[in-house]
Amino acid sequence: MTASDMDMAQLLPIFLPLVWASILALAVFLYVLLGGYDLGLGALFPLAPSHRDRDAMMASVAPFWDGNETWLVLGGGGLLAAFPLAYSVMLPSLYIPIILMLLGLILRGVAFEFRFKSNRSRWAWDLAFAGGSILAALMQGVTIGAFVQGFAVTNNQFSGGAFDWLSPFSMVTAVAVLSGYVLLSAGWLIMKADEALREWAYGVARYALIAVTVFIVAFSVWTPFLHAEIAARWFSPGNIIMFCPVPLLTAAAVIGLWRGIANRQRYAPFLWGTAIFLLCYIGLAISLFPYIIPPDVTIWEAAAAPKSQLFMLYGAIPLLPIILGYTAYSYYVLWEAPSSDAYH
Amino acid sequence: MMSELDPLLLSRIQFAFTISFHIIFPSFTIGLAAWLVVLEGLWLKTGKQIYADISRHWIKIFAVSFGMGVVSGVVMSYEFGTNWSELSRRGGNVIGPLLSYEVLTAFFLEAGFLGIMLFGRERVPKWVHFFATSMVALGTAISAFWILSANSWMQTPQGFTVDDQGVLHVADWWQVIFNPSFPYRFTHMVAAAYLTTAFVVGGIGAWYILRDRSVAHGRIMLGMALSLIVWLAPLQLVIGDLHGLNAREHQPAKIAAVEAHWETRRDAPLVLFAWPNTKTESNDYELAIPKLGSLILTHEWDGEVRGLKSFPPEDRPNPVIPFFSFRIMVGIGFIMIALGFTGAVLWLMGRLYTTRWYLHAMTFAAPLGFIAVLAGWFVAEVGRQPWVVYNVLRTADAVSPVPGGSVLTTIILFVIVYGIVFGAGVYYMAKLVQHGPEPVPPLPEEGEADPSRRPLSAAGNP
Repeated sequence: MTASDMDMAQLLPIFLPLVWASILALAVFLYVLLGGYDLGLGALFPLAPSHRDRDAMMASVAPFWDGNETWLVLGGGGLLAAFPLAYSVMLPSLYIPIILMLLGLILRGVAFEFRFKSNRSRWAWDLAFAGGSILAALMQGVTIGAFVQGFAVTNNQFSGGAFDWLSPFSMVTAVAVLSGYVLLSAGWLIMKADEALREWAYGVARYALIAVTVFIVAFSVWTPFLHAEIAARWFSPGNIIMFCPVPLLTAAAVIGLWRGIANRQRYAPFLWGTAIFLLCYIGLAISLFPYIIPPDVTIWEAAAAPKSQLFMLYGAIPLLPIILGYTAYSYYVLWEAPSSDAYH
Repeated sequence: MMSELDPLLLSRIQFAFTISFHIIFPSFTIGLAAWLVVLEGLWLKTGKQIYADISRHWIKIFAVSFGMGVVSGVVMSYEFGTNWSELSRRGGNVIGPLLSYEVLTAFFLEAGFLGIMLFGRERVPKWVHFFATSMVALGTAISAFWILSANSWMQTPQGFTVDDQGVLHVADWWQVIFNPSFPYRFTHMVAAAYLTTAFVVGGIGAWYILRDRSVAHGRIMLGMALSLIVWLAPLQLVIGDLHGLNAREHQPAKIAAVEAHWETRRDAPLVLFAWPNTKTESNDYELAIPKLGSLILTHEWDGEVRGLKSFPPEDRPNPVIPFFSFRIMVGIGFIMIALGFTGAVLWLMGRLYTTRWYLHAMTFAAPLGFIAVLAGWFVAEVGRQPWVVYNVLRTADAVSPVPGGSVLTTIILFVIVYGIVFGAGVYYMAKLVQHGPEPVPPLPEEGEADPSRRPLSAAGNP
């Protein structure tokens, strides 16, 4: 074994978990963004001004929902592969919310195919689409809340109860995530819908932005109280300067979005909404890094064997850009939604 | 009360239910996607409108089936964690990357091009649409590759080491991916998917001919289906036989269960019917052909066949389900071969499209493939018990620390939701089938657009 081989053998276990944590963070962020506007539409569905608008809303996302959801599958499969310990602790502890989320995704997913084929029972698939989307969004919010709160782990196994995830904090994160998704989907409709529906979406975006802003402020105050380490991370003298751009930029994005709505800009609301999500996401990462099973287990402790992480990396490095490429092509070709007439 | 609910048994029931539901759709869409590529290719090559009409019609059915496969598949990728967390923790180094490669190479490919396949026909050049359809079909095949590699590795594991924590580590990826049962299981499953699709397509084609509507389409559907069935159904028997020889080498207890053999013998009978009795360790009501078992299983007159009693009781699968499932699968296989052969003879005699009893038989045979696929998977999965990773990790040691009450609750929810979704999906697909392909349009007069032919889409309303 040469000296450089020695270095590699020592470096890989440090380096690979960081790489995989970044890749999974990207996958989860893309899911939150794409799945977010997608699920948010479901939540807006019952409120839509007219039947025609509901058709248009659904048609705008029908070509994309499957691809959007695939990022969630990558999140799950990737977590199993790169951090099997995290996967095997978190999923049993989140058993009920995860299964409810999956059932919600099933009901809203099949609604895309069934709704346009039904006549008398269309109302039922409208309900399945809205209810399934809302359920899935809420359960994803619960998951984030429970994740921040942390998990009971003994001997590499989850050792808590069936309802550990149920807390005031996770109930509030559930509603917060739902309102964030609604904000994204309002931004989506502003880009994609015809004039009347767009105007309605501007109104929705305004309310959603108010709700999201309140939640962001609330969590910024609340989260540091959950773990002393999170408070120390943000408020120690050096860090407060290093991390202060995150809240400042978030404030700027909120203002930008508000003005985008006021000035009836077409693409700015979705982009500012994306920026808000990204910044909250970064804020969360700052709070929790390097723990993947908060509050105790780090990405290095939960990591798969370097050989497994490396084997996947060989595939992920060429494949992820290709995937992003043809996903972008698909969005480009199908940007103009299939007219809802095309369904009949 | 809650403490009496066994999370292991309940998790097994839930997994069996959700994966049985799921496998129905890939079994259909793997074959259907490949067939749609052929139809689109024939259309590009010959320019005959009828191929495009059939393709447009079946793409709608494909969309429904694919959607149901996707949503029920997402469940699978999380159930490894929710219900089998110890398998995930200890086996994650091996199966995790295989499943991730499935997502990266197959699911994204399918999802990325599905939108163009379903909604892009009027927006992209014909060849791009053909390419998108091909990519979706390729995605379904790659998906089968990885998931069957992972399943096969759990059946016939190799290329790994176990550390002192009981965690598995990969020693050789090539050995893991191309483990001993993988080539047989992959070929067997892909052939099963093609046969399943062929019988659905052929059966519906036969029905179109019988009811005297969309007859031209029905003839092409029946003809294309039959030209696959006639050689693939017999070939599947050969593949299955090789798969069985492989299992006998690597999972002898499974074969003993499938054949309901309790004693190890050199002149093992072929048990046609029996009720395997685990209490007496023998068969009740046995009907058997002497010596034929040894011949079939070993390809020798006096080959030794191990019986269940040669395995410790705690290492034996319960033979009842494998025994009966196997006979259902093989029985359907023989029916398929017979239908393929009969159809070929009628075709050569020029009477395929007019022999009504045969068209009726093909119509009734339409769902047979699904039953055979499910029966085959019951053989594979019940027969490998009590192991989840064969001879390495017991199913009982793989289960999550989740209370039985939680699992029972979610089983009930799954049954309700899947019941609704399955009922509705089958109903809407039946409606599409009933409606049939759009009739071949009359060639438009010069400069005259046909207002009745709006751009169709995948979710077209019949």
